[in-house]
Amino acid sequence: MAISDKKHNLPDNRLERVPEYGCAPTGSTVEMRLAHTWECNPGWRGWFSTVDHKTIGIRYLITAFIFLIIGGIEALIMRAQLSLPDQTLLTPEQYNQLFTMHGITMIFLYALPILSGFSNYLWPLLLGSRDMAFPRLNALSYWIFLFAGVFMYASFPLGQAPNAGWFNYVPFSGPIYNTGPNIDVFALGMVLLGISTTVGAVNFIVTLFKMRAPGMTINRVPILVWGTLTASVANLITIPAVSLAFLLLWLDRQVGTQFFDVANGGKPLLWQHLFWIFGHPWVYAIVLPAMGIVSDALPTFCRRPLVGYTAVALATMATMMFGFVVWVHHMFATGLPTISLSIFGAASMAISIPSAVAVFAWIATIWLGRPVFKTPFLFFAGFVILFVIGGLSGVMVAAVSLNWQLNETYFVVAHLHYVLLGINVFPVIGGIYYWFPKFTGRMMNEKLGKWSFWVMFIGFNAAFFPMHIAGLLGMPRRIYTYSSHMGWDTVNMITSIGSFIFAIGILIFLVNVMISLKRGVLAGSNPWDAATLEWSISSPPPAYNFAVIPIIASRHPLWENRLNESSERSSLSEGYLLTAGHETIGTSPIDAKPQVILKMPGDSYIPFFVGLFVSLLFVGLLFHWWSFIGVMTAACCITLILWMWPQKSLAQRTVFNADHSSQNNSEKI
Amino acid sequence: MKHNLYMTPFLVISITAIVVLPNAVQASEAPLNYFLHSYGPAAKPTMYLGWVLAGLSVIICIVISLLLLTAIIRKRSRSDPYSIDREGGGLLWIYIGTGISTIILFGLVIYSSMILNQVAKPTQTPALTVTVTGYDWWWKVEYEHDDPTQHIITANELHIPVGLPVLIKLKSADVIHAFWVPKLAGKTQMIPGLVNQQWIQADMSGIYAGQCVQFCGAGHAHMGLEVIAKSPQEFEDWQNTQRKTAMLSFKTFEDPGYKVFMDQCAGCHTIRGTEAAGKHAPDLTHLNSRRKIAAGLLANTPDHLKKWIMNAQELKPGSRMPSFALSNHEIAALMLFLSNLD
Repeated sequence: MAISDKKHNLPDNRLERVPEYGCAPTGSTVEMRLAHTWECNPGWRGWFSTVDHKTIGIRYLITAFIFLIIGGIEALIMRAQLSLPDQTLLTPEQYNQLFTMHGITMIFLYALPILSGFSNYLWPLLLGSRDMAFPRLNALSYWIFLFAGVFMYASFPLGQAPNAGWFNYVPFSGPIYNTGPNIDVFALGMVLLGISTTVGAVNFIVTLFKMRAPGMTINRVPILVWGTLTASVANLITIPAVSLAFLLLWLDRQVGTQFFDVANGGKPLLWQHLFWIFGHPWVYAIVLPAMGIVSDALPTFCRRPLVGYTAVALATMATMMFGFVVWVHHMFATGLPTISLSIFGAASMAISIPSAVAVFAWIATIWLGRPVFKTPFLFFAGFVILFVIGGLSGVMVAAVSLNWQLNETYFVVAHLHYVLLGINVFPVIGGIYYWFPKFTGRMMNEKLGKWSFWVMFIGFNAAFFPMHIAGLLGMPRRIYTYSSHMGWDTVNMITSIGSFIFAIGILIFLVNVMISLKRGVLAGSNPWDAATLEWSISSPPPAYNFAVIPIIASRHPLWENRLNESSERSSLSEGYLLTAGHETIGTSPIDAKPQVILKMPGDSYIPFFVGLFVSLLFVGLLFHWWSFIGVMTAACCITLILWMWPQKSLAQRTVFNADHSSQNNSEKI
Repeated sequence: MKHNLYMTPFLVISITAIVVLPNAVQASEAPLNYFLHSYGPAAKPTMYLGWVLAGLSVIICIVISLLLLTAIIRKRSRSDPYSIDREGGGLLWIYIGTGISTIILFGLVIYSSMILNQVAKPTQTPALTVTVTGYDWWWKVEYEHDDPTQHIITANELHIPVGLPVLIKLKSADVIHAFWVPKLAGKTQMIPGLVNQQWIQADMSGIYAGQCVQFCGAGHAHMGLEVIAKSPQEFEDWQNTQRKTAMLSFKTFEDPGYKVFMDQCAGCHTIRGTEAAGKHAPDLTHLNSRRKIAAGLLANTPDHLKKWIMNAQELKPGSRMPSFALSNHEIAALMLFLSNLD
């Protein structure tokens, strides 16, 4: 029987229930009981009620990728229009809606949600936990994201999509110059999406600080965790600014307030401040976790740990700190005093110092390691170059007087695509190649993988590098056409060709996914011989993740024997069993000492219905159906009460010791 | 694999060079090419800053790419493929790399602040103040004078004297636009409710193209302007001409052209010296003195003007100027009337 070795029990008698300690190999009674406890309902009932972070993570990934494809198609239509001068494929109004939806889709519906997908799937696996801290909140976060995405696209088929650009400057987006439902859809959709992002961020933060496996002290967590933590804290701080901005705009448009109405003393510049106070930290929120993917996965293919773990972790946080004081660099041309511009300009240059730390850490890791040229490695190495190019053009636009020339030209379009595609899409696709075996149990095809990388890499550079030149030749962004005598014909033609090549690269990747899902080579638990916890369990992971909660002794639990840095070893097959219902261990924030047995909720329909009712509430606001709004508010309250209703099975206070200062509760760990 | 890694960047660069170089000549003549052709003290220092930054970026990019490529393909001593290297070490890379980056960035902060200081304000007091107001989708240009009769209003053309700093006050009548004449200075937003300022100075006479560069709606792509720099004497002459009201011999409704104008156009357009006093569209008093119509879209010829009146919505979709359905008789009369607006 697996439950053995009682002598290993934690000598902590302050916990009211001493968690059982032992092994639970696959097929043992304990393991079967766990599987039975954690498996979700079959069929559609499970589909709507699951709170399994792995399912939610995969849903995030797929949904966000669908949005990437939609946004990409919008981009290709625009590139077709711009490939030649004086084209009339699109009217200005159609073009304006397309670039606006392209921006909204890529920035809000793809870039962060795809990273939430990775983090949702991976966090409990990386941290050695059985789920996220708030599984139902996690489900709610996904449902609201999905509904908000559908909501923001609702007016698109009517030809009434948002058309004021993703940063939606007033007064153009105000009631006078934009009379249709388009901006209301965008404004309400953003407030709705903000709920999803906020609850997701809370979940990540609490999970990191309370749910790590015993022994995984704060300096042993993977860099992806640092990246997502930093992004989540930033989101918590900045989402209120953008939600407020969009709420004020909606009030201006529908209720008759005058926050941005110049004729009545409103201030258009207020919008720019509120938007960019959110907007710039958001940029880092959608790249830092992706940089974390590289920092964690690249070392696997270099056969050595990351160089400068501490420096990279600190740089991640320093980037975000700087990220809060650079928003004005989007507003250099608004007539603010030059002294403040020079301060924000200097801060914007300084932000590349922590980026330099990361770049040299990656290069040193490759240099000192023994690279294995698998597809993910190519994506990560290619990413480093794109990151450097995007960073350097970033320094150029940070110089205030040069920014007065470069800003709002194609140079900025080039810069932001190097940053967002280079630092988000390349690591994401590399990350999918890397974790696909964990997600599905099968390897992706290497040959197609290498093809997809080279086609994407060449297409990307052919598409976006010439945009720098277009910008230097004075081509403004957001023009639906241009005249031949402006001298922009060649660069635009190259860009358009490159963008289609890049799209072919994405297509090869998708074909690879489809083929590999069915016919990929079976992966086994650790196909890349990687170091982190997620590779210690089977692929795909069982519903309960870890049969026993592992006990961690280093940053690289699966490489310990070979690194041989100390005599301590992580205990992966022997640990806390916790089989009385949905249970996992709660640990202290810094030292990860066990503190509490957390009772996790099981599957529930409530998050789906809360998400549905909240979203319908926003639909009601859009159409001014006041009584419907009242009904939906009541429905939200009722479902929330049901959600919060005390359940005996979740009553963790009965096992929770009021005195949770358990600093020295286990000398053993 | 090694072969691939080395060849690809070179291949990309050489193909790009082959395609781009012949066109570089054409591109360098681009009307908005501020990167190679900036003029005047408000733009030139920034151009040099741009060259320094671009050159430095290219060098750094090449150095890092070479480091990365070497890191990837450098020869390694054979070792057990199963082994894992120790975690320590390599920190020197971070120290040196970040150290050098910090020093370069520190230098750039100082250099760019100095340039900002140079271009932010003219060294001498501006000789002339012009107010430019952004409209959907054209520019109103006003030269103020203490005597209101000496006031000049024109559109989409900014005439300035050579060699003198000119202060430009920037306003907006509707949404946010941005004033940008890249060869003479960087851009400044025109924000409703605010009066922004910038200055320009042309050292050589000539025509400098400008463009609205803040997205402002359907007509954003077709919102151009021109700065026409001329000698102080020529500028004085131009001002004197513009101050005059329209010299029209037939300002009565008996004239069919005048009647069409008053019926169809005067609600938005002004002709000083007549009863036409609309404020929503360009002042047409000296229409024929301008080089272009429709905010830079078309050269100002009678043919274009006629096309513009009849088909404005096709030429500039979404424009505030309607397409007028005039009979042959009416358009002929109107064209004759407009031809007198010198």
